Amino acid sequence: MINSLFLISHSGDIFLEKHWKSVISRSVCDYFLEAKEKAGDPENVAPVLQTPHHYLISIYRGKLFFLSVTQTEVPPLFVIEFLHRVADTFQDYFGDCSEVLIKENTVTVYELLEEMLDNGFPLATESNVLKEMIRPPTILRSVVNTLTGGSNVGGTLPTGQLSNVPWRRAGVKYTNNEAYFDVIEEIDAILDKSGTTVFAEIQGVIEACVKLTGMPDLTLSFMNPRLLDDVSFHPCVRFKRWESEHVLSFIPPDGNFRLMSYHVSSQNLVAIPVYVKQNISFLETGSCGRLDITIGPKQTMGKTVESLTVTIPMPKSVLSVNLTATQGTCTFDLTTKVVFWDVGKLNPQKLPNLRGSISIQTGAPKPEENPSINIDMKIQQLAISGLKVSRLDMYGEKYKPFKGVKYVTKAGKFQVRT
Amino acid sequence: MSTTALYNDQQGGAEAAVEAGQETTATSSSSGAAFGLFSTDFKKMNGGFSSLRLEAAGAMRTVLVSAESLQLTLKPELTQEEQALTHAAGAGSGRPKETLKAGNEDLKEMLESNKESLKLEAMKRIVQLISKGKNASDLFPAVVKNVASKNIELKKLVYVYLVRYAEEQQDLALLSISTFQRALKDPNQFIRASALRVLSSIRVPIIVPIMMLAIKEAASDLSPYVRKTSAHAIQKLYSLDADQKEQLIEVIEKLLKDKSTLVAGSVVMAFEEVCPDRIDLIHINYRKLCNLLVDVEEWGQVVIINMLTRYARTQFASPWKEDGIFDENEKAFYDSDSEEKQGQREAKPYIMDPDHRLLLRNTKPLLQSRNTAVVMAVAQLYWHLAPRHEVSIVTKSLVRLLRSHREVQYVVLQNIATMSIQRKGMFEPHMKSFYVRSTDATHIKTLKLEILTNLANEANISTILREFQTYVKSQDKAFAAATIQAIGRCATNISEVTDTCLNGLVLLLSNRDGRKMRGLVRSSPGQPLLVAWVVSTETVVAESVVVIKKLLQTQPTQHCDIIKHMAKLFDNITVPMARASILWLMGEYCERVPKIAPDVLRKMAKTFTSEEDIVKLQTVNLAAKLYLTNSKQTKLLTQYILNLGKYDQNYDIRDRTRFIRQLIVPSEKSGALNKYARRILLASKPAPVLESAFKDRDRFQLGTLSHSLNIKTTGYQELSDWPAVAPDPSVRNVEVIEPVQEWAPSLGKAKKPKSDKFYSDDEEKEEEGSGSGSEDSSSSSSSSGSSSEESGSESEEESSRDLEKTSSDSEKSSSGSEASSSESESQQKKKKRAKKVTPRKSKQAAADSDSDENGNGPVGKTSSSSAESSSDSESDSEEDSSSDDSPAPQKKTVAKTKPKVMSPFNLIKEIKENLKVDLQNVGFTGLTLLRAADKKLQWNIHFHVVTFICVTAIPVTGFPSLLPPPSFDQRKSDKIRPPGTLRFVLFFSLLLFASHSSVLFVCCVSSLELAEWDFMVLYAMFVRLKHVCFSLPDSAWHKSHTNPRDIVPAACPGSSPGSPPGGTCPKHLTREASRRHPDQIPEPPQLAPLDVKEQWLYSESLPDD
Repeated sequence: MINSLFLISHSGDIFLEKHWKSVISRSVCDYFLEAKEKAGDPENVAPVLQTPHHYLISIYRGKLFFLSVTQTEVPPLFVIEFLHRVADTFQDYFGDCSEVLIKENTVTVYELLEEMLDNGFPLATESNVLKEMIRPPTILRSVVNTLTGGSNVGGTLPTGQLSNVPWRRAGVKYTNNEAYFDVIEEIDAILDKSGTTVFAEIQGVIEACVKLTGMPDLTLSFMNPRLLDDVSFHPCVRFKRWESEHVLSFIPPDGNFRLMSYHVSSQNLVAIPVYVKQNISFLETGSCGRLDITIGPKQTMGKTVESLTVTIPMPKSVLSVNLTATQGTCTFDLTTKVVFWDVGKLNPQKLPNLRGSISIQTGAPKPEENPSINIDMKIQQLAISGLKVSRLDMYGEKYKPFKGVKYVTKAGKFQVRT
Repeated sequence: MSTTALYNDQQGGAEAAVEAGQETTATSSSSGAAFGLFSTDFKKMNGGFSSLRLEAAGAMRTVLVSAESLQLTLKPELTQEEQALTHAAGAGSGRPKETLKAGNEDLKEMLESNKESLKLEAMKRIVQLISKGKNASDLFPAVVKNVASKNIELKKLVYVYLVRYAEEQQDLALLSISTFQRALKDPNQFIRASALRVLSSIRVPIIVPIMMLAIKEAASDLSPYVRKTSAHAIQKLYSLDADQKEQLIEVIEKLLKDKSTLVAGSVVMAFEEVCPDRIDLIHINYRKLCNLLVDVEEWGQVVIINMLTRYARTQFASPWKEDGIFDENEKAFYDSDSEEKQGQREAKPYIMDPDHRLLLRNTKPLLQSRNTAVVMAVAQLYWHLAPRHEVSIVTKSLVRLLRSHREVQYVVLQNIATMSIQRKGMFEPHMKSFYVRSTDATHIKTLKLEILTNLANEANISTILREFQTYVKSQDKAFAAATIQAIGRCATNISEVTDTCLNGLVLLLSNRDGRKMRGLVRSSPGQPLLVAWVVSTETVVAESVVVIKKLLQTQPTQHCDIIKHMAKLFDNITVPMARASILWLMGEYCERVPKIAPDVLRKMAKTFTSEEDIVKLQTVNLAAKLYLTNSKQTKLLTQYILNLGKYDQNYDIRDRTRFIRQLIVPSEKSGALNKYARRILLASKPAPVLESAFKDRDRFQLGTLSHSLNIKTTGYQELSDWPAVAPDPSVRNVEVIEPVQEWAPSLGKAKKPKSDKFYSDDEEKEEEGSGSGSEDSSSSSSSSGSSSEESGSESEEESSRDLEKTSSDSEKSSSGSEASSSESESQQKKKKRAKKVTPRKSKQAAADSDSDENGNGPVGKTSSSSAESSSDSESDSEEDSSSDDSPAPQKKTVAKTKPKVMSPFNLIKEIKENLKVDLQNVGFTGLTLLRAADKKLQWNIHFHVVTFICVTAIPVTGFPSLLPPPSFDQRKSDKIRPPGTLRFVLFFSLLLFASHSSVLFVCCVSSLELAEWDFMVLYAMFVRLKHVCFSLPDSAWHKSHTNPRDIVPAACPGSSPGSPPGGTCPKHLTREASRRHPDQIPEPPQLAPLDVKEQWLYSESLPDD
């Protein structure tokens, strides 16, 4: 399985290595760095590479490459999924998965990696189990530790791994028992030049934050479960109950977790909350162009569109832009050639507009393709698919928990072609 | 050295250990002393390896004490060494190194202090050094001392250090072993587990015996967590010392039977690593694994699913068979054999084995897993195992994975690309999910494009082309070029759109011509779909030209205008490949453009010297073709170009020129070829086939690394073909210990009682409780099928037990008479049946029927075996012996020899009396086979040979001297369990003693399922070896006898030890090719004609028609 792991920074600096079997020299990374050099954009590096004696499987997360080395056949997704799990764990522990934070917490990282893999095979990947063994660093604790000589490693050994519900810690206690569920839906869409929908679908997740004492057994039911076309669950969800009754029955992990993710059946027409009127053109002569974008609400179900942002990656030949926005701020990154317009709240009475000119390097040919517009937004208190949670019941414990459900709709990969 | 002598009878690992021991003694005195103590203890341990847990424990305690006392004495000495080193380094290389050393000195001081916090701080700094890849090995002695620290974090960090550097500092690492030894006995399961984990991670060969012992002990630990750790340790030990394989397999076998979900994943992983081809170990655990699967942790699920996929491909009949063909075969067979009553199941077109269904049903919920690797594993399982119409249930889940991370998308798209070539329908409804976004990474875009192209058909082509239109304009030029190729593929695949695509591509080209052309495009609304393509990049243009060339070639209709158009563009195109393509087009269709082609040649003559090689070659080509069709205009031009080519720097071009000149210009030397020049050069060429780059990837199992890279990676396990006839399903029946077992009317398959409960019940209970429920759950098993199954499974259960008993009997003593009597009776019954079998029309049919007989054999056999009468056996064995002695009546014995297969023990008895001389050969042959099998690492073979020797040679002759590896004794008792395997062994023993072995071979082969290539190889080797052995003069015989290691089975070159594992000797694999299912992936080896003798025997065995 996984022989070694190298963490490589954006710039190609190998700053951490860990081996689970015999040590593999870090020179093996040269093959990867070569491929990275060739690909240009780090996103374009192929995740699976072959070298004369090893196979390299890598992911790119948070401007970092997680590069694993293996010597024999292994399902590539197995490794990729695991590496993402490692990155998730880092995020969970340190708040973010970045080079600086990992360098700061090398020892904790090493301890984590030691527990997560044994001989290259995943051992404990549940964050609940890990947190019992290795406590996440906090400022308070680090101060206390330096004063008292205490440590981050849990004194007790994890019991979670042995139970039938390995995702839940034993002996959880809270004074306020609460369970929150966020229904988050994302609209993936491609709109063409005229505004017609080329492709649109809704993907949703239910993120849960459960802080309940003891071993509660929860049942979450929906008003309209038929809406859900394809679902995937956290391992805690009893699949049989879902198949027979379309309810989610589970013993929750402690803390934050993703309960399920779903896909809304494609028969339903997807409501597109905003429309975009755009006109981007490059003149035949004179190496300049015009840009004019207006955004308005379309099907928002009476809710306000918030934190609306527009990202336009310009062709490389664009030199500068001179744009004025009626609302929000507009910036242009000279190195990446990206126009970023932070609109904010969408006011139906006064539609936001961005217009101005674009100047192109003199002598460069006119870009043959207009840039596409990527839109990001958020609508609170609305699940665009119409999914509704009907109730949450708890069994197995006596107390009465506080329950809450929140709905949010976001733009996923929302793209307008021009 | 005295130790060496003592170790000699032990295998590899111990030998290596001794060598290491010598080395260390030479280098360092103090550690050498420690080592000496160790090795003596080892000696003690190894001496009584079979009887000795307690003793070993005692020995270890001694080690403990000695090591701990040494720890203290060790320190000062090594520090001196260090100081010396530091001096040397400081003197040698100056500043930087010195500071580093100083830093390490500092750390050492901290480690040796009494304060925990200082030690911890030091360890943290050391771990940081390790993580940066800096060498901290010089701190080893100071660190190792802290291995027994009370502080858990400190301890863990020491473990990290230890595992990292133990390999480099082996002798010092031994000092820590004692701590782990102690911890292995700790009442706390976690401490036991972590001790085993670290102990097994220390890659020091000398502790192999300790590890082995610890693993064995941990495998029977009460805590499943410790057992899981031991499963992990198995792999580590195996990678450290492959010679322990035998013993490790035993542990694996034991752990496979474990019912804990914690253990299942890890032990299957160990199985895959250590002995992936020991599929026989899985049989009895198959149903349990299927049922546990849902509750296993996600990583284990992936491994188990992959393993079960391979397993199922060897054990079940193909669900993909065309009903018609399958039916026909069956009917032909059953018409000829009216007596056959067990045929109901097979007589149906196709009924899925209930176990097969169980696997599919139990994996389906896992499609909902959050772990993408699990989803992919299930998807590939369905792809490789499910009936065609069921595969599409994985579609949605795979499409869902596309929402995941970029890397996941990449792998999933690769797999979808392969799937979509064969099964368009699966993904067509989700076509829009593969639309490309401008923000996707290039490789993702290309893969999506690939899939869209695969999905294109008459109905959706217009949508897809419109989408492609957007992509062509992409700023990502590599992607735009790929799009043009994709358009080309669509155009060739779907004839309706060929013209549209072609025109579109030409328009695309036109824009190269500048502003004028763009105006032209805008003004002509004739091509509504593709008018908007406005591209100017070189790569894109080049790609278009190449694709147009291919398209024109596939459509040799009137495309004069396009060719003319291309000729016009020629001046503006600079990409060599595109220029060469245009030149080729000119030459190929020069008769259609008689005016333009010479002009192009004229232009080329001017620029010839400055062109790229590929363009030059095509220019020569064009010149030659024009010379042949239009020599009046182009004669001089051609000669000029040929002269230029003659003196070109590139030898390829010079060669080509010389060749062309001889071919087209008539002269005395050129001779007859000249006449055909026209036909040679202007022959109509076949159109190129534009096909997917993923076309050939289906040879790999989906979801594997090999598939992803499109190469065969190390350790890739080939997915076998479906067997032509499913092997005996009864091997998966779980053995029941109770003497009388009431069987509910069931298919003998265990079903999980309740979804929410975790699997923890006794297996027996499970079997009983679930029996009734399982019948209705599988829709595909009809009532008639199941009823026959019922009786089958019950009696087979018994029979398997019987067989086991007989085998063990025969091993213990040479009598085995009771068992053989029951055997022989069954044989009689079989014989009766066999006599009624009419001669087969063809060999094919014969093989078919025989194999079926074998499949149903156990039922008939056991029904008779319950009755206890031994009288009949005598007559049969007589007959056997007579046939053995006289090779003449071949024809008569053809039908009769088949049943004899079931009674080897009679034969053995006889042989014991009559054929003493041959027996020596038997043992010897077996041994040689074993060596060969050893070298080939073919565990199936190995196993068969071993069991064969056990069953035949040992009881008869008492041949222990010929069987040196001590592990044999352990092996034979455990491994003869599956009745199917035992049958093999029986066949084999018979083969060996019968004088017309080839005839028997036919029977054997036909009654076994034919995918068992291993067995055939074995046989082939056997036949050859037998000849060799028998023909050897006595003296040579004895010589080789004394030193059996020298014997190489040289008789058969194809199966020489050097050939790859799984390789078979093509020479001896005969007549099986036609029985393969056409869909199956690897081709069987090509077959050479048989030996004369074999040929004769074969022809004898066949009824002449």
